[in-house]
Amino acid sequence: MEPITYAQATGLLSWTWLLIALPAAGAAVLLLTGRRADKWGHWVGVATIGAAFALALGMFASLAGLDDKSAATDLFTIISVGEVHIEASLLFDPLSAVFCLLITGVGFLIHLYAVGYMAHDEGRRKFFGYFNLFAAAMLVLVLGGNYFMTFIGWEGVGLASYLLISFWQMKPAAATAGKKAFLTNRVADVGFLLAMFLMVSTIGSLDFANVFNGAEGLSDGTSLALGLLLLAAACGKSGQWPFQTWLPDAMEGPTPVSALIHAATMVTAGVYLIARSHVIFSLNENVQTAVVVVGALTLLFGAIVGCAKDDIKRVLAWSTVSQIGYMFLAVGLGGAAFALGIIHLLAHGFFKAGLFLGSGSVMHAMNDQTDIRRFGGLWKVMPLTYATFAAGWLAIIGLFPFSGYFSKDPIIAAAFAREGWQGWVTGGAALLGAALTAFYMTRLFILTFHGPKRWTEDVHPHESPAIMTGPLVLLGLGSLAAGGLMATPVTDWLVPVFGEQHEAHGHLTHMQVTIATTAVVVLGAVLAWFLFRNGTEEAPHAAAWPVRVARADLGGEAVNRGLFERPGRLAANASVAVDGRGVDGVVNGLSAAVGGSSRRLLALQTGFVRSYALSILSGAVIVVAALMVVVIQ
Amino acid sequence: MMSPEHYLILAAALFTIGAVGVLVRRNAIVVFMCVELMLNAGNLTLVTFARTTGTIDGQVMAFFVMAVAAAEVVIGLAIIMAIYRSRRSASVDDANLLKA
Repeated sequence: MEPITYAQATGLLSWTWLLIALPAAGAAVLLLTGRRADKWGHWVGVATIGAAFALALGMFASLAGLDDKSAATDLFTIISVGEVHIEASLLFDPLSAVFCLLITGVGFLIHLYAVGYMAHDEGRRKFFGYFNLFAAAMLVLVLGGNYFMTFIGWEGVGLASYLLISFWQMKPAAATAGKKAFLTNRVADVGFLLAMFLMVSTIGSLDFANVFNGAEGLSDGTSLALGLLLLAAACGKSGQWPFQTWLPDAMEGPTPVSALIHAATMVTAGVYLIARSHVIFSLNENVQTAVVVVGALTLLFGAIVGCAKDDIKRVLAWSTVSQIGYMFLAVGLGGAAFALGIIHLLAHGFFKAGLFLGSGSVMHAMNDQTDIRRFGGLWKVMPLTYATFAAGWLAIIGLFPFSGYFSKDPIIAAAFAREGWQGWVTGGAALLGAALTAFYMTRLFILTFHGPKRWTEDVHPHESPAIMTGPLVLLGLGSLAAGGLMATPVTDWLVPVFGEQHEAHGHLTHMQVTIATTAVVVLGAVLAWFLFRNGTEEAPHAAAWPVRVARADLGGEAVNRGLFERPGRLAANASVAVDGRGVDGVVNGLSAAVGGSSRRLLALQTGFVRSYALSILSGAVIVVAALMVVVIQ
Repeated sequence: MMSPEHYLILAAALFTIGAVGVLVRRNAIVVFMCVELMLNAGNLTLVTFARTTGTIDGQVMAFFVMAVAAAEVVIGLAIIMAIYRSRRSASVDDANLLKA
């Protein structure tokens, strides 16, 4: 393999830092000016992200004109100790370019939508400050030229995610969900930190180029450890098994947050990390298998739970978990599938953002009701929301010729292309996931917009204002077309990053996979339509055991509780007991002994000068007597 | 002719009287005089030994003691005066505020 090098940035591309600085400046203005900015603050937020989008487009165009397709900038030195030098370096290459466009483009639409969605919220300025902060951190994550910069962005988005999930912190559920997301991510981030330590100790650098060029010389054990540590970090950020429980709870945040952070961008950071580190992941087959297993397991996990949930945002959240599972599956398969994962990520960014914003529009109309058993028949009152939601629905279930068809089918085909029985297992899981996706999304769609009205008495649904429907329409169009338009160009565009790849052929031809997928998708959708065309019972009494298990998140919470919370509590209580009885006992005993003896000694302090004089005399007599004894001897 | 032992015995007697006086008397003036008695017993010893050894070290020492004792008398009497003014008593047992 020829060594990887990155060219120095020139011209417009040397302004990469401005991409980050724009939203960062917006966040600083919004968070520092205080109430004075309440009236116009949200437009600052929209303007900075819009300007960043324009800049990203310009840089994208300049990058396309370059031969070596990379532009690295060193800003300043962060750490320089002995052999280790860590620069604040930025890298704008095809992979970061598509992420920048997704973050700023979809981010801009969601910012615009949030102007309307948060119009009646007192904290709108603060909200946009956090939103800009998130965009800046996310751009640091994807533009970082070494693992350290990526890590700074990684932690930054974690902070922004925490602030935004618990934005309505007066709601205990939101405050708890924010803490849960933050803590779960912290646990997974340990993997990232350890991976960085391992890189420094074995390769001696955190720079992408140095790490990738030095990775070939690593021993099997080291590359396995490195891959698994990075995978753990990626699983945490992306809500993959076994860290999936925080993502559905994160829906307690405002809906634009769910759309931008917990569907389109931040949760895909794990996929970015694996795609960026594709050299490391391609080194060791066991690591790749681990990524595939995580992806396949999570895509089924999310889809199964998604079938049983009744909260519109939670269904979408589990659907996000499941779709990111597809992306993990793709980047785990490696080779040509790296680009497939990124394409699905981009397509998913569009349709899932659209679906979330659509659900926000529905909640807006229904007095913040999120229970799909309380919706129904909304297509007549909210035609634009209905149409854009339908576009997202068609895109996610992957019917020809909509987005998901072009992004998901190739992943399923690639899953079947693995050798031997593994190909049948992963391919089968991906196919089953597609059927389940069609089922739960159709169920969600039918229960929300069709069937009899099951509204609570005091709601008067209405279409959302233009500032909300505008972004919805654009995202809807993107959902329909993005996959088809992007599939081939993005694959070619990413060749400089992943190298020239040839599609692997396996058990089934691409045509057979397409037919099978379309068949199961139609089957799932028709089954859902048949079951839910007349609405659903509002409070089902006795559900069958699979439904009950799925409603309980397939035991994800129970496992966490049993495996971590209960032993954690026991350990905490035990250490409290040891501390209280043991450590405190020793300390308190010592001080009691000193206090008691000094209280006894106090009796000598009579205040009578004559008794002091007697003590001095006795002391002198004793000294003289002792001297005499010594001298006489 | 009196031998040095006589002087030393006298000094020991004076010192004992002084020490007992300090310990048993309550009047601060008397206690003070007893302290002086003890100092002078010490002086007597010093001078006696100077005489026996034929050197003048002890005599010089006695002068030092006298000088220090003079200074001590000034301060001591001033303290006693101050205590008497504030407490209307010259008893050392009455001045017992510094107790536990």
